[in-house]
Amino acid sequence: MDLRKLKKLIDLVQESGIAELEITEGEERVRIMKGGAPAPFVAAPVYAAPVAAPDAPAAKPAEPSAPEGHVFKSPMVGSFYRAASPEAKPFVSVGQSVNVGETLCIIEAMKLMNEIECDAAGVIKAILVENGQPVEYGQPLMLIG
Amino acid sequence: MFEKILIANRGEIALRIQRACREMGIRTVVVYSEADTEAKYVKLADESVCIGPAPAQQSYLNIPAIISAAEVTDAEAIHPGYGFLSENADFAERVESSGFVFIGPRPENIRLMGDKVSARAVMGKAGVPIVPGSDGVLPEDPKEITRIARRIGYPVLIKASGGGGGRGMRVVHTEAALQNAVVMTRSEAQAAFANPAVYMEKYLENPRHIEFQILTDAHRNAIHLGERDCSLQRRHQKVMEEAPAPELTQRVRERIGERCVDACKRINFRGVGTFEFLFENGEFYFIEMNTRIQVEHPVTEMITGVDLVQEQIRVAAGEKLRQRQKDIVLRGHAIECRINAEDPYRFTPSPGKILSYHPPGGPGIRVDTHVYAGYTVPPFYDSMIGKVIAYGGTRDQAIRRMRVALSEMALDGIQTNIPLHLELLHDVNVLRGGVSIHYLEQKLALEQKKRK
Repeated sequence: MDLRKLKKLIDLVQESGIAELEITEGEERVRIMKGGAPAPFVAAPVYAAPVAAPDAPAAKPAEPSAPEGHVFKSPMVGSFYRAASPEAKPFVSVGQSVNVGETLCIIEAMKLMNEIECDAAGVIKAILVENGQPVEYGQPLMLIG
Repeated sequence: MFEKILIANRGEIALRIQRACREMGIRTVVVYSEADTEAKYVKLADESVCIGPAPAQQSYLNIPAIISAAEVTDAEAIHPGYGFLSENADFAERVESSGFVFIGPRPENIRLMGDKVSARAVMGKAGVPIVPGSDGVLPEDPKEITRIARRIGYPVLIKASGGGGGRGMRVVHTEAALQNAVVMTRSEAQAAFANPAVYMEKYLENPRHIEFQILTDAHRNAIHLGERDCSLQRRHQKVMEEAPAPELTQRVRERIGERCVDACKRINFRGVGTFEFLFENGEFYFIEMNTRIQVEHPVTEMITGVDLVQEQIRVAAGEKLRQRQKDIVLRGHAIECRINAEDPYRFTPSPGKILSYHPPGGPGIRVDTHVYAGYTVPPFYDSMIGKVIAYGGTRDQAIRRMRVALSEMALDGIQTNIPLHLELLHDVNVLRGGVSIHYLEQKLALEQKKRK
């Protein structure tokens, strides 16, 4: 990996809200961390987008330091999907009103699609994970205000 | 060789497995409950996945969560450690059917050894000496039960077939108490193991607990790595273990070891395993086989120089055993003290924050623990927080080194059983060696009486 490319990557980490970036190119691997502890959950190599550390507020001046509203957390381990299938419409979008019991998303575990139900009424303020991203138990998925 | 292993356990064994993996260049995925977020091995893992809240049922015993974690991290194999799901044949099966390697024996062998009646039958056929007992599960007919007990001779022990590790057992000294004891043990077995089947064994009054370590690959190569004496127990929980067993001759060791190796080959066993025996009046009696890595594996590692967890991983990856029986030479003596977060005499658990921690060290001292200063021992799991192992050229040296090590070891903020260990290391009978499995409880009962 040449120095120019490395410098570009370092700048990228510096300017963005990313806390940790790891890139593998063939036999070469680079990991750039911005101070503090590494993210508690590191995405599998399949995902090109790095996972931002949820507990590094100092590195993300653009984002609010504390979530406003109800943080909906994952009740299980698996892969998060916004819709029932790749062609289908997402269950919810930002700005949408939701009620208790409504399906927010799918978490796929052991080849089974589990419909994940909302536990609070309100409006979807933010969706905190990407489609297809692996999630762990207790991981914040959505912000409901 | 695997590139990534998921460690489905917690505490000191999770760290132990992680160390073995890291030494071999294998990446680790650690699953953890919300109570173990601050665990040392979670922080050291290449990847970690929270699989549930604190209660074991929802986390470390949560099969879908664990397999799901393996899926999302692309792990190749799952190491179950000890306890939890390590001897759960269903788990092993589901791991395999989900496309992962279960680091342990095949599910059929877990099942075979998990059923204590079938384990006895298999061992008997393989020429392993077993405790005299009923030929299989006890029948319903009370007259038959009485007949069997008379044949065996009192006192007898009623044991749950689905039990093990000291659970689901009742001693019967006289015929008058027999029928009642069977009925009660059956209902307890149903409640605890969902299996009311019970069998009967002769109750040995003063045996020692001596177990043999075996290691087999998937190519029918099998060796034994000598024995361990684990007679110092309280309520069927081992407190202190040592290897080799005091006074056991090489000839007897070879004889029993060979029987165990033969039995392994017969059942096409794969991985590490332990044959547990009761030893009384010079005779060995098989009681059960454990099909997982055991807590006390370090004492065997110290006297043989073999890294059992690494070998476990190697054979699971399909490699052939690198050692032949003649390569296994027992050198020196090792003792292990299980350090529990508990009141040393009342045995009440003592979870909480460890304010300061000074580990022991020096020649021949090995410490297997995941705790550190500032770590909070959670109240949801068993109280063992680590193990101190002392190795010496002789048993005497190992004991001296252990005394020094434990006297240096300081943990502030929680209580530990270190004072009890120090007392045992000065006990004249423990020093002589060869105490029975009842010794510790008898000693504790005596001391309790004295205090009153």
